[in-house]
Amino acid sequence: MSEDGTNRLMNRAHRFDVIVVGAGGAGLMAARYAAQHPGVSVAVISKLYPTRSHTGAAQGGVGAALGNVSEDHPEWHAFDTIKGGDYLTDQDVAERFAVEVIEAVYELEHMGLPFNRTPEGKIAQRKFGGHTREFGKSAVERACYAADRTGHMILQTLYQQSIKDRVNFFNEFHVLDMIMEDGACHGVVAYELATGEIHTFHAKATIIATGGNGRMFRVTSNAHALTGDLMSIAYRRGLPIEDPEFYQFHPTGLYKLGVLLTEGARGEGAILRNGDGERFMERYAPTIKDLAPRDMVSRAMYLEVREGRGAGPDKDYLHLDLTHIDAHIIETRLPDITEFARIYLGVDPVKELVPIQPTAHYAMGGIPTTIDTQVISDGQNTIVPGLYAAGEVACASIHGANRLGTNSLGDLIVFGRRAGIEAAKFAASESFTDLPAGVQDRTRELVDTVRKGKRTERVSHLRRELQDTMQEHASVFRTEAFLSRQVDILRELQERYKGVGVEDEGHQFNTELLEAIELGFLLDNAEQLVHAALNRTESRGAHSREDHKERDDTEWLKHTLIYKDGDGVRIDYKPVTLGKYEPKPRTY
Amino acid sequence: MQINVKIKRYNPEADARPYWAEYKLEARGSDRVLDVINHLKWEVDGTLAFRRSCAHGICGSDAMLINGVNRLACKVLVKDLGERITIEPIRGLPVLKDLIVDMEPFFDAYKAVMPFFINDDPPPPAERYQSAEDRAIFDETTKCILCAACTTSCPVFWTNGRYLGPAAIVNAHRFIFDSRDQGAAERLGVLNQANGLWRCRTAYNCTEACPRDIPITRVIEEVKRALLWRGA
Ligand SMILES: Cc1cc2nc3c(=O)[nH]c(=O)nc-3n(C[C@H](O)[C@H](O)[C@H](O)COP(=O)(O)OP(=O)(O)OC[C@H]3O[C@@H](n4cnc5c(N)ncnc54)[C@H](O)[C@@H]3O)c2cc1C
Ligand code: SF4
Ligand code: FES
Repeated sequence: MSEDGTNRLMNRAHRFDVIVVGAGGAGLMAARYAAQHPGVSVAVISKLYPTRSHTGAAQGGVGAALGNVSEDHPEWHAFDTIKGGDYLTDQDVAERFAVEVIEAVYELEHMGLPFNRTPEGKIAQRKFGGHTREFGKSAVERACYAADRTGHMILQTLYQQSIKDRVNFFNEFHVLDMIMEDGACHGVVAYELATGEIHTFHAKATIIATGGNGRMFRVTSNAHALTGDLMSIAYRRGLPIEDPEFYQFHPTGLYKLGVLLTEGARGEGAILRNGDGERFMERYAPTIKDLAPRDMVSRAMYLEVREGRGAGPDKDYLHLDLTHIDAHIIETRLPDITEFARIYLGVDPVKELVPIQPTAHYAMGGIPTTIDTQVISDGQNTIVPGLYAAGEVACASIHGANRLGTNSLGDLIVFGRRAGIEAAKFAASESFTDLPAGVQDRTRELVDTVRKGKRTERVSHLRRELQDTMQEHASVFRTEAFLSRQVDILRELQERYKGVGVEDEGHQFNTELLEAIELGFLLDNAEQLVHAALNRTESRGAHSREDHKERDDTEWLKHTLIYKDGDGVRIDYKPVTLGKYEPKPRTY
Repeated sequence: MQINVKIKRYNPEADARPYWAEYKLEARGSDRVLDVINHLKWEVDGTLAFRRSCAHGICGSDAMLINGVNRLACKVLVKDLGERITIEPIRGLPVLKDLIVDMEPFFDAYKAVMPFFINDDPPPPAERYQSAEDRAIFDETTKCILCAACTTSCPVFWTNGRYLGPAAIVNAHRFIFDSRDQGAAERLGVLNQANGLWRCRTAYNCTEACPRDIPITRVIEEVKRALLWRGA
């Protein structure tokens, strides 16, 4: 697993040309491409076994204008992405993405990915929210899918390839710090779960691919492990986070549990109904109805509930109706989500309506990067040498203010690949510099503080309070009053967090310790989101302010960059890269 | 309702051998076993160690022996188990702490069957074609999440840890029956060896344990037949 070296101390210091943090779709793609560069050594560090990464949970599909089912073009895909992002998308990024994702999907197929097939034997495609033909005329089949486990197939296929390519893995190593000196990154410091030992990974280039942060909300489709670790670490290290206020709520989470039912269900014809049985989306998006983008559907659902048209005894949820769809299609194209409804809610989607509510799903914002995945440190695009980011953790920004379904998996493969290529190129042209003294100090201090904590506060209680209040004050609809209240709550939670500690004094598999540290990361993520949301006095995409209902392009057609500043925050901006498409009102 | 949970615990830094710990707690029928052990970890005893991530049966982290059957803690509900719940680590792999086992031997067996796509022809500019029928032949074995529930429920594996085990065979099947793949002969060669396919005694435990409903025994039969027909 690691390099030669006889004593354990030596083994705790590692050196690779390129280090990839994270083994989801983005990380595995990056590792594959970095390793193809001759003479470049690569290792992947992941707090989970690679196949446990949340890319495996993605269901519906990966969007690419292959045109296998009906005519399609990358220009249409780019336009939909930009419009879906409510014009906060950087248009150069979206245009390149829409072209490259086509090659990337073919490449996955060449790696053996078992897509479903059309009658002619091509990759099968289906409809998905916000994906249209001819710039908004009607829905188009663009989502390439493998039943409702497309993400699982991508993760498995990439992991399989990494076995073939003999990639080095450090599994169950939890990165707790980045090594930064003079504005450049020289690797990371990680905690080994099995032993409690702290390891230094010295690298010429580091790629961050650590996924999302949905665990800051109570109802989420995200795994327990999605705690925004690196978004917090970068922030603590003085780097900005871009557009954290844009957080996506997916319309169809299982009631109370948040487990996702893919939009692909609506792509196959499922319908949203309110408590009166009405197909309410007809009122909100007359043209594409149930296949409107997620931000619009989630808001419509909130309004239905608020206006008393919810379902159930408390009228607090809605229904997804698949009962009119051929049972065979449900069983073959949507088997997993059918099983989720049966197991977790005891409801059979073939015959019954499925209770659903919006679920916290995806961070559009993240660590800011250039179109080539280089991390930047300010609004002037100053590059942080040696640091790259891709996948959900990064913000290029392709998704703008609201991501379209199927564009994340596309993002992983296009920008994961790009990050691998760029990082390897950089590493090949650089030599190792000496590491700064005391590289492990901050990590040791972080671990020791929690280990020796007074335990006057329980991690689980603080986390629950964080999740409940974020859900209440900073989710689908926002106001100044609620957000200000949440700023105060977060300040108080940060204060109380100083009182956490752990019962487990052991060194081996101290998962309690890591959960406590992850909560600290989550609190930072929440802080970024709430301050940025309070600051942005307009409504755009997923950020919907009831006290500022309109999109304001004169004042706010710009990206947020939020920095940690002492105990507070500092906000700066970065221009949106515009292009062919003039911002227009967003109707569907 | 009140439930009684017994967990086989072991802390290598403190305990000479594993022991049973018992907990009484309130739970709802709709709670997942994962919710129950999370509750214990968060409210009762922070030292309890287990793996988990997705919480809905998709990442394969939390296979455990629950009331005598291997299953994912996140995919079995309290109401399906009743008031008494017994949880042990999956069998046949070294226990590292509480419900955490050493997965390396499991992944080694998986890697031994070359679980990756092999096709050395230059790829076409677009996709390789495959008929929907050909794709359907190996559909079930693409579902595997590498949770190890099958392999660690196999009596042959318990007595011979070098047996490649059902999960490795399932993943070999996924490629052997893929019309685009060219590595079948090599994989069948691996499975034909001493600790391969022929160790299987058709105990069916694996099929019952698989949380992805993969018909493993049938899959193994198909691979056996392929070996007989195609030779290795
Ligand atoms: C239920 C669900 C369904 C979805 N369906 C779709 C879909 O159909 N189409 C689509 O396009 N998108 C979909 N998405 C979104 C998409 O799946 C994710 O955005 C994407 O998979 C994220 O991939 P990633 O590689 O960035 O991160 P992940 O796959 O989440 O991987 C993160 C990796 O980082 C590692 N890591 C994290 N923190 C640390 C640390 N501190 N130290 C070391 N390692 C660390 C983890 O171990 C893991 O390996 C879905 C998301 C969910 C939740
Ligand atoms: S075949 Fe089933 S039980 Fe075995 S590892 Fe795969 S998913 Fe788990
Ligand atoms: S936690 Fe992922 S399978 Fe159970």
